[in-house]
Amino acid sequence: MKPAKFDYIAPTTVDAAIEALSTANGEGKVLAGGQSLLPLLNFRMARPAVLVDLNGIKELSFIKLRGDRIAIGALTRHREIEQSPLIASKLPVMAAAMRHVAHLAIRNRGTIGGSVSHADPAAELPMLSLFYDATLSVQGPSGRRSVAAEDFFVDALTNCLEPDEIVVELEFPVLQHSGWAFEEVARRFGDFALASVAVSVRRKSSTIDDARVAVMGVADTPLRLRQVEGKLTSIAIDGQTPDRFAELVTSCVSANGDLHASAEYRQHLLGQLAKRAMQASLAAKG
Amino acid sequence: MTATVSVTVNGTKYDESDVEPRLLLSDFLRETLGLTGTHVGCEHGVCGACTVLVNGDSVRSCLMLAVQANGAEITTVEGLGTPDVLNELQAQFREHHGLQCGFCTPGMLITGEDLLRKYPLATDDEIREGLSGNLCRCTGYQNIVAAIRSAAAMRAEKTS
Repeated sequence: MKPAKFDYIAPTTVDAAIEALSTANGEGKVLAGGQSLLPLLNFRMARPAVLVDLNGIKELSFIKLRGDRIAIGALTRHREIEQSPLIASKLPVMAAAMRHVAHLAIRNRGTIGGSVSHADPAAELPMLSLFYDATLSVQGPSGRRSVAAEDFFVDALTNCLEPDEIVVELEFPVLQHSGWAFEEVARRFGDFALASVAVSVRRKSSTIDDARVAVMGVADTPLRLRQVEGKLTSIAIDGQTPDRFAELVTSCVSANGDLHASAEYRQHLLGQLAKRAMQASLAAKG
Repeated sequence: MTATVSVTVNGTKYDESDVEPRLLLSDFLRETLGLTGTHVGCEHGVCGACTVLVNGDSVRSCLMLAVQANGAEITTVEGLGTPDVLNELQAQFREHHGLQCGFCTPGMLITGEDLLRKYPLATDDEIREGLSGNLCRCTGYQNIVAAIRSAAAMRAEKTS
């Protein structure tokens, strides 16, 4: 047996799951798609006394339009998001990023709630929740509360949840923009990003009216670059804009290095990907 | 704490009692059911050798607990074809020499089946992208890509 012993509970309601976690008294762990948790269990890096399997809670799996927002249930699989026409039309940057989310066998199992909760600094869905300014609905023993994506990611693999809280849903505001792009480089297609840039812009004649920029793979959490977004609205669009954007991005981020890629290389990648992303965003007809 | 796991594997129904929740689906298939066609490589979701179909979707069986498969329909490499009658994809692997030692092959075949069902696979880039979660240490991938390209072309011909 690879994982250490645990008690297995498979509730069919969120309330029952919260109760099981509360009873576990900090020794419990939530199992969603299991694509990050099972490796940790197999290596015995995680040894929870109780495993609470959410896969029987059917009400947590949905994608729906709610006013000018898209709501996605925490147990929705990556593959469902990849295939969703609603995501393709309303959250195009997310749709473009989904093929980079690991591999088909992992997308078939992995969930958005699990990915976001795992908070890997080089994973697409945490970055996209920040990029879209998503609101996470979190449920615990005292009910539901809302957490902005910007407050959710505390550090690498660390979120702001209490041990008996679960992400139940994410709401993504739809951007009314004219152009966008998602660029990523990984060592092997589908692996965690060495660096990635997401951009979306709304053009107004020769200027950018509104911009959204996020990066990942270069720091302990994904980063939304509000400073760059602000500066983009004050520069004219011309042939130099992609280069200027790359400079803006690299000047406000200092990439981390690790065994997969040096800090210098990641910084270089970031600039190149930023340039490409802006070229593609501006090439789109608004 | 043990549970009963009822699954249908390759069309045969199994009811196994006394399954510990921590037993991985990969070990359940190999050791409890004796279906050793599913290979176990890295055991942490990187190599893809243990990929099986659960209710028609490819999953890494080392990243799923056996108890989670209760009620599911599973297809392993044993369910694709027989040594005498290979299925179409297996035949293409033989035709194009898409294997050498054979260790990664069960995972490659199951992944290939799911890719063929879900993606157009119109270009080699798309095939390589689809196979990126399965490691092979012998072939250099060229012939695996060729086998899947050929299977995709045959499928396209059939549906046109």
